[in-house]
Amino acid sequence: MQTLANPTRFMAASQSILPWLAGAAAISLGAGLVLGFAAPPDYQQGDTVKIMFVHVPAVWTAMMAYGLLALASLIGLVNRHPLADLAARTAAPLGAAFTALGLITGSLWGRPMWGAWWVWDGRLTTFLLLLFIYVGYIALWNAIEDETRAARICAVLALVGAVNLPVIEFSVDWWTTLHQGESIFRAGGPLIAPVFLWPLFLMALGYTLLFFVLWIIRIRTEILVRQSRRTAMGISA
Amino acid sequence: MMSFMALVSRDVRLAVRAGGGAALAVAFFAAAATLVPLGVGADLWLLAQIAGGVLWVAAVLAALLSLDRLFQADFDDGSLDIIALSPLSLETISVAKILSHWLTTGVPLTLVSPLLGVLFGLPAKAIAVLSLSLLMGTPAISAIGAIGAGLTLAIRRGGLILPLVVLPLLAPAVIFGAGSVLATLNTMPGGALALLAAYSLAAVLLAPFAVAAAVRLNLGG
Repeated sequence: MQTLANPTRFMAASQSILPWLAGAAAISLGAGLVLGFAAPPDYQQGDTVKIMFVHVPAVWTAMMAYGLLALASLIGLVNRHPLADLAARTAAPLGAAFTALGLITGSLWGRPMWGAWWVWDGRLTTFLLLLFIYVGYIALWNAIEDETRAARICAVLALVGAVNLPVIEFSVDWWTTLHQGESIFRAGGPLIAPVFLWPLFLMALGYTLLFFVLWIIRIRTEILVRQSRRTAMGISA
Repeated sequence: MMSFMALVSRDVRLAVRAGGGAALAVAFFAAAATLVPLGVGADLWLLAQIAGGVLWVAAVLAALLSLDRLFQADFDDGSLDIIALSPLSLETISVAKILSHWLTTGVPLTLVSPLLGVLFGLPAKAIAVLSLSLLMGTPAISAIGAIGAGLTLAIRRGGLILPLVVLPLLAPAVIFGAGSVLATLNTMPGGALALLAAYSLAAVLLAPFAVAAAVRLNLGG
């Protein structure tokens, strides 16, 4: 990890690893989709259970993205490393996109299952708040001109958010139990049959790989932008 | 301690005399709450049911209004640099700022809340819980709000970003605060007040470190 912290070495390493990662993402997403569509309809949910294969991995990836964002922020704050700053910055829009994807697919799943596009379910509400945290982070970053300072300040926000998220999750869960009338029965047995588990696993792997592919591309783009800006100003890289 | 008290009293006096601080927050709180019955109708049963939520949301918004003054004015005229140079640590300064913000928003909001509780048709017991929950929960609003104020203090138009950053983080306070009122109203077992107190204590304890870090970064440290 330490050796990758050098931007030049990161560029070289990421260039060789990127095609493999992208290929693996495409294969697992493709296989997951094929298996997912081939999966039999659920005895309770019918064909709508297949929304799970695009919904659940999006939710997992969105949570993982915030974890990585907070981790990169911590490294950026402690070690003052520009690459960690870039990693944190570029993870935010991706995390927001996967959060939005999770919300949209959840809503599409909710329509046939719960009879409404939106219900104030604990997880949905937590995810809506997570989306706002992402948006606040991105807005704050865009509002500060000095990039190094923006990175540090946003890192503080990311860590405050990381401390707060479990509390938000807990409070929203507590809130949904208080509002008993709207509590939701989640269909589906305690065990997921292997026919469902395999596509879910492949899709989760595919989403995760896709996130890393996009993340690396974004970091590379940022590094290139900076290099070209420096060259334009006449400073040799 | 002397300089701590001096800083608090300076900020409180500035808020009261220059910004119209306490009165403005209370007026906003009352005006926003008054609009709700006009919007949803005058059914007192319905109003009592939503009173906890409406008044808590209004209180959070009223407290947010004065947050941008917390550091920005001092930053703009340079006095924040002077304050930072004082023997007090930035963490202590943050505590003083949070305390003075709470004294000029949280306390007055708590004091007028029984009146608004009556207007919303809450029974006496629920009004007591509402005021108690605001008394315990508003320090968390000031503490977490101060983090947002510290993060955005150098942004020229931070007024819009500050609520965006702070509001999602305040969800637990609103949930527990409004939940305690609703639980009392419908005689449900709650524990919401205990959770609110725990949340508020943790926020007041931890926030000064984040505020100090944010201010330090913005002062170019």
